[in-house]
Amino acid sequence: MASVQDVLSGNRLSLARLLSQIENDTSAGRAALSDLFPHTGNAHLIGVTGAPGTGKSSLVNQLAHYYRHPPENLSPKSVAIVAIDPSSPFSGGAVLGDRVRMRDLAGDPGVFIRSMASRGSLGGLARTTSGVVQAFDATGYEVVLIETVGAGQAEVDIARLAHTTLVVEAPGLGDDIQAIKAGILEIADILVVNKADRPGVENTERALRNMLNLAHPIKRVYRHHGTLEVVPSAIAVPTESESIWIPAIQKTVATDGTGIQELGDLITQHKEHLENTGDWESRERTRLSAELDDLLHAALVSCWEDTLPAGRYQEVFDQLIERVISPRQAVNALLNGTQDK
Amino acid sequence: MSKTERKIRVLIAKPGLDGHDRGAKVVARALRDAGMEVIYTGLRQTPEMIAEAALQEDVDVVGLSILSGAHMALAPRVIELLKSNGQEHVKIFLGGIIPNEDVIKLQEIGVTGIYGPGTLTTQIVSDVRMGVLGEVNN
Ligand SMILES: Nc1nc2c(ncn2[C@@H]2O[C@H](COP(=O)(O)OP(=O)(O)OP(=O)(O)O)[C@@H](O)[C@H]2O)c(=O)[nH]1
Ligand SMILES: [Mg+2]
Repeated sequence: MASVQDVLSGNRLSLARLLSQIENDTSAGRAALSDLFPHTGNAHLIGVTGAPGTGKSSLVNQLAHYYRHPPENLSPKSVAIVAIDPSSPFSGGAVLGDRVRMRDLAGDPGVFIRSMASRGSLGGLARTTSGVVQAFDATGYEVVLIETVGAGQAEVDIARLAHTTLVVEAPGLGDDIQAIKAGILEIADILVVNKADRPGVENTERALRNMLNLAHPIKRVYRHHGTLEVVPSAIAVPTESESIWIPAIQKTVATDGTGIQELGDLITQHKEHLENTGDWESRERTRLSAELDDLLHAALVSCWEDTLPAGRYQEVFDQLIERVISPRQAVNALLNGTQDK
Repeated sequence: MSKTERKIRVLIAKPGLDGHDRGAKVVARALRDAGMEVIYTGLRQTPEMIAEAALQEDVDVVGLSILSGAHMALAPRVIELLKSNGQEHVKIFLGGIIPNEDVIKLQEIGVTGIYGPGTLTTQIVSDVRMGVLGEVNN
């Protein structure tokens, strides 16, 4: 059994085994997460989401390479990658293929890649992904890149987990505005138009820009030497308007690295933005309160199930089916053992 | 809350320089359809890359597809690296065209199953399951 001490001291096999314990939600895994928790809160968690085949894995590969071999003025960062692929709803098995695009990272001890199957969870992450991410964070990985299942939906879960969320689009996968799902702007901190070497990039980019303009009709925004500037319009703009992050758009070619340095710069700017505005802290608060609520709900349900006499649920349910009692009365009956209104 | 069942995790790798991974993909899908989680790593993997991936992914099984004839160079090296990483419990399966005398040598150094062309995937699936679960309750 992997000891937390071994994991914290950088033993990779111990870490790998612990990740399995966490993924399988064993009691050892749960206990280790509690021990590791005080060491978390330092990593920059970056989510990468988008429709199947848009180039998420290839981008993650490039970004990891960028953090390992940054421009001269920056120092290299250690990188963990969590790549999630869907489980088959029929067999429960999965083929996890994201590593195929990450072979450039092989042999670098500053990189750790872990594939995860979604195991029936919807929304792009596995139920235990946040635990796996916490383990990497506690172990000292400075950047954690999280690739979601390519479901093509607005993946709210990743935006909740990550500090910075990249939504990847690519030309040729339905470039018109309908294809770009509503809700994307709520989760995207940076919109990546990948496969910029392909015909139709301009359409994809224009569609995204139009959406951004619709979403922010009052402000005119431009980028100037890498800083975000907000030009007030005739309508009064709040004085803290600099504290609003307008999603940036970046074109990339993940197969040859074009645009990756610019994307890396944008991610850094977003991180600085979060830190300067206090949003980093408020995101942490939101995330931890959601996690607390989820765990509390699960624990309460399981406590309650333990106290329920065998057959009681079915008995009440039968009464409900026969319309002897209402759904709300059924709940009361199950909670209190009575059928009072 | 229901306990998550233990999933068998398998790494499928294609070491060496030949460029055919159809067989490897067929086996990967068969293992998936049997409920396993298969990490597929693609073509032209070195033994070092395979051992590193097996460690990071904490797999129970490594499946190697070697059609280049270099199995006597590649398979022992993978086994050696897995051992030196502390993963001696990982079961090794090998697909390819392997002469009989090599089959015996490979079994001696710890390859659990060796499969030539035309092997039924159901055979591989049941051997992998036996190889892993046979040891779980020790
Ligand atoms: N032309 C071109 N092809 C690219 C680019 N980025 C990725 N690809 C190719 O697109 C295909 C899919 O890339 P992946 O990185 O696997 O995409 P993904 O979004 O991770 O895919 P899933 O995980 O299956 O959803 C591969 O064949 C890549 O080589 C790009 O910028 N230009
Ligand atoms: Mg991918």
